[in-house]
Amino acid sequence: MEEKQDSEKRNFFSILLEEISKSSLTIIILAIFTGLVLGGILAAGTTQEIYEAFDESFSTGITESLKFIWETYSSLFIGSVGNPSKMFSALFSGDSQEIRSAFKPFLESLVVTTPYLLTGVAVALAFQAGVFNIGGEGQLFMGSIMAGWAGWTFKGLPSIIHVPLALSIGILAGALWGFIPGWLKAKTGSHEVINTIMMNYIAFNLSQYLIIGPFQDPNESFKTRFVEESARLWRFFEDPLRLHVGFIIAIVVAILVWYVLYKTTWGFEFRIVGLNPNAAKYAGINSSLITILALTISGAIAGLAGAIEMLGVNFRAVQSLTTGYGFDAIAIALLAKNHPLWVIVTAMLFGFMRQGSRVMQINTGIPIDIISILQGFILFFIAAPAIIRTIYRLKEPKQTEITPQLSGPGEKL
Amino acid sequence: MEESTLIKKKKFQKAETTKTRQRIMGIVFLAIGLFIWFVLSATTPPEAQTLFVMTPGGSSVISPDLKFNSLIVLNFMAGLCVALGIFQIIKGFGKYTNIVLVLVGLMLTVSFLAWAASGTSINVGGMLRIMLMRSIPIVLGALSGILCERAGVVNIAIEGMMITGALVGAMMGSLFGLWAGVVAAIFAGGLIAVVHAVLSIKYKVDQIISGTIINIFTIGLTSYIVTKILQEREWQYLNESGIFMPVSIPILSKIPYIGPILFNHNIFVYSMYILVIVMTIALFQTRWGLRMRAVGEHPKAADTLGINVFRIRYVAVILGGMLAGFAGSYFSLGSAGYFNQSMTAGRGFIGLAAMIFGNWTPVGSFGAGLLFGFAESLATNLALLRFPIPSEILLMVPYILTMIVLAGVVGRSRGPAAAGTPYEKESL
Amino acid sequence: MEPILELRGITKRFPGVLANDHIDLKLYKGEILALLGENGAGKTTLMNILYGLYTPDEGEIIINGKSINCQSPTDAIHAGIGMVHQHFMLIPVFDVTENVMLGNEYTRMAGFLDKPKAAKQVRKISDQYNMQIDPNALIEDLPIGLQQRVEIIKILFHDAEILIMDEPSAVLTPQEVDELFNIMDNLINQGKSIIFITHKLSEVMECTDRIVVIRSGKVVGESTPEEADPEKLAAMMVGRPVELKVEKDLAKPEGNVLKVENLTVVNKNKKIEVDGISFEVKAGEILGVAGVQGNGQTELVRCLTGLMKAELGTIEILGKDVTNADPREITEQGVAHIPEDRQKDGLVLPIPVHDNLVLNTYYHKPFAKGIVMQPDEILENAEQLVEDFDIRTPNTTVSVSGLSGGNQQKVIVAREFSRPIKLLIASQPTRGLDVGSIEYIHRRLIEKRDDGCAILLVSTELDEVMQLADRIAVMYRGKIIATVDAAIATKEELGLLMAGVTTEISPEKRRPTKVREIVT
Repeated sequence: MEEKQDSEKRNFFSILLEEISKSSLTIIILAIFTGLVLGGILAAGTTQEIYEAFDESFSTGITESLKFIWETYSSLFIGSVGNPSKMFSALFSGDSQEIRSAFKPFLESLVVTTPYLLTGVAVALAFQAGVFNIGGEGQLFMGSIMAGWAGWTFKGLPSIIHVPLALSIGILAGALWGFIPGWLKAKTGSHEVINTIMMNYIAFNLSQYLIIGPFQDPNESFKTRFVEESARLWRFFEDPLRLHVGFIIAIVVAILVWYVLYKTTWGFEFRIVGLNPNAAKYAGINSSLITILALTISGAIAGLAGAIEMLGVNFRAVQSLTTGYGFDAIAIALLAKNHPLWVIVTAMLFGFMRQGSRVMQINTGIPIDIISILQGFILFFIAAPAIIRTIYRLKEPKQTEITPQLSGPGEKL
Repeated sequence: MEESTLIKKKKFQKAETTKTRQRIMGIVFLAIGLFIWFVLSATTPPEAQTLFVMTPGGSSVISPDLKFNSLIVLNFMAGLCVALGIFQIIKGFGKYTNIVLVLVGLMLTVSFLAWAASGTSINVGGMLRIMLMRSIPIVLGALSGILCERAGVVNIAIEGMMITGALVGAMMGSLFGLWAGVVAAIFAGGLIAVVHAVLSIKYKVDQIISGTIINIFTIGLTSYIVTKILQEREWQYLNESGIFMPVSIPILSKIPYIGPILFNHNIFVYSMYILVIVMTIALFQTRWGLRMRAVGEHPKAADTLGINVFRIRYVAVILGGMLAGFAGSYFSLGSAGYFNQSMTAGRGFIGLAAMIFGNWTPVGSFGAGLLFGFAESLATNLALLRFPIPSEILLMVPYILTMIVLAGVVGRSRGPAAAGTPYEKESL
Repeated sequence: MEPILELRGITKRFPGVLANDHIDLKLYKGEILALLGENGAGKTTLMNILYGLYTPDEGEIIINGKSINCQSPTDAIHAGIGMVHQHFMLIPVFDVTENVMLGNEYTRMAGFLDKPKAAKQVRKISDQYNMQIDPNALIEDLPIGLQQRVEIIKILFHDAEILIMDEPSAVLTPQEVDELFNIMDNLINQGKSIIFITHKLSEVMECTDRIVVIRSGKVVGESTPEEADPEKLAAMMVGRPVELKVEKDLAKPEGNVLKVENLTVVNKNKKIEVDGISFEVKAGEILGVAGVQGNGQTELVRCLTGLMKAELGTIEILGKDVTNADPREITEQGVAHIPEDRQKDGLVLPIPVHDNLVLNTYYHKPFAKGIVMQPDEILENAEQLVEDFDIRTPNTTVSVSGLSGGNQQKVIVAREFSRPIKLLIASQPTRGLDVGSIEYIHRRLIEKRDDGCAILLVSTELDEVMQLADRIAVMYRGKIIATVDAAIATKEELGLLMAGVTTEISPEKRRPTKVREIVT
């Protein structure tokens, strides 16, 4: 009797372990973990103080490194989520000022997550239809600046009209930016990877020109005017908390895209085109139209991201460097296996990391670019799960993943 | 049974649709001619003279300048284009159509320059020289792309490899001298290519995803190093490499007109010439080239003949990476003398477009690269001429040109048939 | 006499299937050995092992008394083995010489190719076996019959003594098959030995010296053409008595369903693939379209189903003009299409079986209300169809990629048959399937015909067309060169037509020549 119970328990436990080791969620978690470790080593390896510590002795070096890595990641955490003890005591005290400042990191992270969420959904949607949208950045720029234009040009409109109007103009601008490469791909077969990247550079240059040219603030050079109050997105709390309704819009969009993709005939068609364009044609689906739609809608969502950033956070445009949202969105979408609901999770991961990295930079002097490096590592491991499996000696799952077909250069649908 | 055994070609009738293309081409020629006539000529005063200075600035060899009456030349060009257009519509140039197209393009360019500089002068020699320099990263990028794609591996990480090469070149160049910098850049490019190769060949990751991951990583890494290290005062010396100086080739650089333009450059331009020639020979005349192309077209066929598909792909990708690293070192060691994050500005991607435009051949890519280089050179020059178009808009020209080129060309040409697909053994 | 090649105990396992089960095989010098078996029996796997593309789990390969280890094709080539694959291993954009010398190139110093020398050698081999191949021709310009000869030249260039030919006749007209057999005789006379893989009984009887039958990965019988008879061989191939003929009543056609007039289809390289053809299919009849692959059948089907444009001509279904309509419109007219390439066109492999079963009806009620899909209905429909059509699958939510070829085809058939259809266009419906599935699909096609459906059957398997069709149209170079009554057509006649020969048949035949519609 006892033996049987024992072996049952063992079986259950070993089965659980086996399932965990096979699951792709495990891979993702381990990939993130490994990435963080490697990133930490890199950060430590490029910091002067660590080398000085090693100069003293090996053990000092190790302890210094560990301390450093701990400090790096904990300031990353505190910067992104907040200091748990501060948060608890603020809640207990009930003082609104304290609460606000304790929860600021967390809410600020949500603000930073918003554009990631939208661009991630945009890229994921395009991927599902078999199209590579690397133009998120350009579409975001265009959406941002055109929404801004609508924001400062129309005066005297009530908020309830001005906000949707400005957002719509941003969406249209992004949609146009996605439509052009989409149309080119459908009609000429030219690869959307290069075209969307070109559109990024064109958008960047165009918006720089607009900022120092026609859109320039007459009083301040190299900046645009501020958008009107009536166009600004509603914020939930007072300063210094910046959480705005755009975050909710983003979540709603993600859910909407999920619903359309998996529950409607439109979404079914999208996915079929992505998985097998030939069968799509056979099934009577218009692949060219879907391609164009995919990139246009994707662009529209990315444009919305830009519009929300303009109307909810920045309120004006400034000459600047590129932001890297485009490539980040790809990472976010891939990590979420192109599933819009999972994008919410992975976008939060990136958003929180990005927000936390600002604090981390202040505290430890590690540049925020380390986030890109971390992303690179994590993506590397996600893309080749076999590497993680080898490192951690995991077993292989039986069923293979569904990946949409991405056509090669020059292939017409 | 004579018929089936003696068939050499499938003799299906060819339908009559080449006529449409012929007419479109003719209309294009005609339109260009009319444009020159009605827009350029019309706004040129009859006494205006244009001076094409043919000696690049700083050249010791003087080539005679070309001074001419703007309007006469413009009208001549216009007339010629219109004539060619009419001929094309009525009779058609057949297989010479593409050559005529290039000719008309040249005439349009010359007309445009003559018009823009009427009443003043423009240093055409200098512009052409700069065209060559600007085309270096694009041509080298295209060559790198050819190496990879001809073997069947799509490589969009050329941009990332270039930027890494630029950084490594700058740092090593500052520490150990220019040549060391170049070698280090080549090595760095190759190292990154190993990652791309392993991901896409061994782990069969989608090649575009693999390339994107590398771009994300390298752009982040280079920015990180710049911010963390190179911007600190104490480490600044790591970012002051200086550049290779131009070297005149003894006899060739004295040839009037083309000498100072083609043969008075630094090693990067000369390497570009050599690489184009070497790669053409290697690809099409050697056993290695034949096998590589076979692997890119039909890897299964090559496999059944005992060719090691994986090894050829690894070698091709690594060589491509090394070339991309070398291309990157041009930015820091051949042009600027230091590194900054926005140096490459998408040239890696434009290089891929040049590769497609050049039909995956080194010579074609060279031509396409020159075209892009010329566009960039023209944009800079127009800015100097105080052209009414703002510089940011002009900067957009190479990118727009890329898109136009891709749209017009790709429909007709095709790349290596197996490019983009990971090779699976045991799947007969 | 010692065998030149011997396989002992070759065993190979793939996940879930034992492809080769301790197979023993002997090949003697100068003989043509036929390896006979139905699709999926394990013949190609065995030969791939011999050629070094797979490694066996157990067993050994002995050549001329020496045991060899074939880890890769290079080893096999060194051992004198050459293989002509079913799907050609030729690079279309290279020319004959480049393809032939690949892997064993003639070079001058430093790795530079010596093409003229190789071209000379190619010409020499071509003349030796009377193959008429021009070394400088581009592969993509050559017709398939000649491409196959290039494959043979290729393996002779690599000094093969043992030649493996995998289903070589699949892409040839009956006359071209005769020419192939002549070439094979030439090879034998020059001392080569050949293993000939096929599933066609008739060829085996005609040209081979010995026959080995493989079923389910095991050798189940050996014979010679003299001793064997087709029915016994077929029974050995399948493991049970096989009806070589399909039972069917006479057709009762009535009323035009499909009417095609003067249809011309042009491909993207501006070549005319379908050249002004006209024909009709009536309700309750099967019109078979016979012909060698590449004479326009694929393009005809694609045009009829809306996947390719018609340059000229009209297509009418039940009187309605559907020329250049898109695929959905055509489906809505009650047309079903079993595509030639099931994995490429007919299925979306990664998605579940139940989704594939509504691939062209998902937007209709009850599977969707407006744009919202109804998963319950879709599942129910799938359960029903799986039962009705005996589709072997663990459940309907697995992705269809896990099913065998035969079951995948059944999914397509189930899907197409599960809605009211007036016209069925079936293109190579049994390609690559095992005999059981082939029988099943043939039966259902006849049933559908008897129900009053009009069926257009396009197939390169002449036997299939002759068995199932009521009338047979032969396509050659984009034209329908003749339409004949299936009951009285003979294989020889059809073979000649497939090769483009339209002269009267020779007077020795005792049946009178019949009136044929020669459509230009």
